[in-house]
Amino acid sequence: MSNSLIKPRIERPSLSQIIEAKAPLFLVPVLMLIGLLAIGSGSTWLTLTAAGLAMGMMIFIMASGLTVIFGLMDVINFGHGAFISLGAFAGFTILGLLGGWIESPSIALNLGAVLLAVAFAMLVTGLAGYGFERLIVKPVYGQHLKQILVTMGGLVVTQQLIYVIWGPDEIVLARPAAFQGSFVVLGAAIEKYRVLAIVIGLALFVAMRLVLNRTRIGLLVRAGVQNGEMVEALGYPIKKLFLAVFMVGCALAGLGGVMWGMYQETISAHMGAEVMISVFIVVIIGGLGSIEGCFIGAMLVGLLTNYTGFLIPKLALVSTILLMGAVLMWRPQGLYPVVKAH
Amino acid sequence: MSDALLSLNGIHTHIGPYHILQGVDLEVPRGGVTVLLGRNGAGKTTTLRTIMGLWQASQGTIRFDGAAIQKETTPAIAQREIAFVPEDMGIFSDLTVHENMLLAARGGAIDEERLGWIFGLFPPLKTFWQSAAGNLSGGQKQMLAVARAIIEPRKLILIDEPTKGLAPAIINAMIAALKELKELKEMQTTILLVEQNFSMARAVGDTVAVMDDGRIVYSGDMAELAADTGLQERLMGLSLEAHQ
Repeated sequence: MSNSLIKPRIERPSLSQIIEAKAPLFLVPVLMLIGLLAIGSGSTWLTLTAAGLAMGMMIFIMASGLTVIFGLMDVINFGHGAFISLGAFAGFTILGLLGGWIESPSIALNLGAVLLAVAFAMLVTGLAGYGFERLIVKPVYGQHLKQILVTMGGLVVTQQLIYVIWGPDEIVLARPAAFQGSFVVLGAAIEKYRVLAIVIGLALFVAMRLVLNRTRIGLLVRAGVQNGEMVEALGYPIKKLFLAVFMVGCALAGLGGVMWGMYQETISAHMGAEVMISVFIVVIIGGLGSIEGCFIGAMLVGLLTNYTGFLIPKLALVSTILLMGAVLMWRPQGLYPVVKAH
Repeated sequence: MSDALLSLNGIHTHIGPYHILQGVDLEVPRGGVTVLLGRNGAGKTTTLRTIMGLWQASQGTIRFDGAAIQKETTPAIAQREIAFVPEDMGIFSDLTVHENMLLAARGGAIDEERLGWIFGLFPPLKTFWQSAAGNLSGGQKQMLAVARAIIEPRKLILIDEPTKGLAPAIINAMIAALKELKELKEMQTTILLVEQNFSMARAVGDTVAVMDDGRIVYSGDMAELAADTGLQERLMGLSLEAHQ
């Protein structure tokens, strides 16, 4: 093919295109600034901001698995909340066994207990995800209405199994000694556990971005989100990739469940279903299938919930729904949609 | 035909309530370009998708290089060194051109020498190497789709209407690229090409099969069909000359 036939050129995007693409990145700083102006007190704002970011990180951990599952597999998993609850109870079991470690003043032992609880919760929920995908999700690929019905059924069954194993009552989940209490920074009280949640959430976000953008598996996932059939036609068994991603998504829900349980300090079979409203809002705000959008959406939801809870408590419950409405009016497919609605 | 790389015998394919392929018998000789012609809705695309396992044949056998593949999954069929360029090109629009090519190189790394050859065939791919594939023009996307199919040696390449909707200059460029591909004997690549552009079909085809109503109604040498206006009229109600 001769060069004379086609004369390609690369044009720089216009300023408006750059602003349009980058605008979602400014939402979190803008919301923080608005919060500072509305609250007035710097120390109160710092406390609320740390609480909001920590809450956002935990919602991100729970929502990231759901958005990737939806993006890659086109599966609307209303049973995702079951893995959040299951993870919390699995983590609770390990923390119960390691009572000496969590009561110890040693940070290393405390952290070791949390890491073991997290690892066990992710293992249990990952394996449960395997069974869930094989038994419940696999027969209804491509059938959204049936997916909603059967995954809701799976949620109910899992909640009942939790009743059978751990009983129907709420259980108090004590945080390890090192993560109780607060730091005082610039006159603001910041709970130690929230710092841990922010660190784990950030680490997960960075790790997920690295895996998705720098590895062949990530490349396959990103390609599969767009055109699974073509990935198969290139010779890759995408159904195995689906299963692996589903298991990882469930394991992330389990991680989120442990973190959320220690944050709330009580766990119940219904905790997953209760937090799923925020999780779905975050996934929709972020754009289906998008890790970056999910991260920004989770931060917005966490911050807004805390700011409005302080400023206008009666508005706190609906503030995130109003936020979702505003974002969808601006970007009907969410901030960074990977899966485009047709 | 004794030296067929691919043969379909009595293939039937149903899509929902529709009986699309109704007993397709097709042989694709090793090492040449076979063109599958036919009017819209004749079953050409369904034939390629059935070969790739994207739609399952409900009856009949597909043999590739001696092995029956009609029950295999799409990835297993692709791993038999079969590449597929679908009608919609199947480009991953949010990935860069580089990433699209990287996925097509199942070996993990791209052979630089072969990549240089591909850049010679399709220069825009070099220019837009790090650009999102979704930003390419229609012709450039088609180049990328074909380039993905040839980034590694393949025994068989299935190409579905590569000139659809493209400007004449791009079509000529595509013809030149396919001719170069088939003339590289060391490639040992066989091509099954679905095409409605007769000038393209005649320029690159060695053998031809004509489909109608889900069956093969003619198969033979392209030169014979191209030379026989009466046969063209009878098979397709068209003369190749009238469509050049």
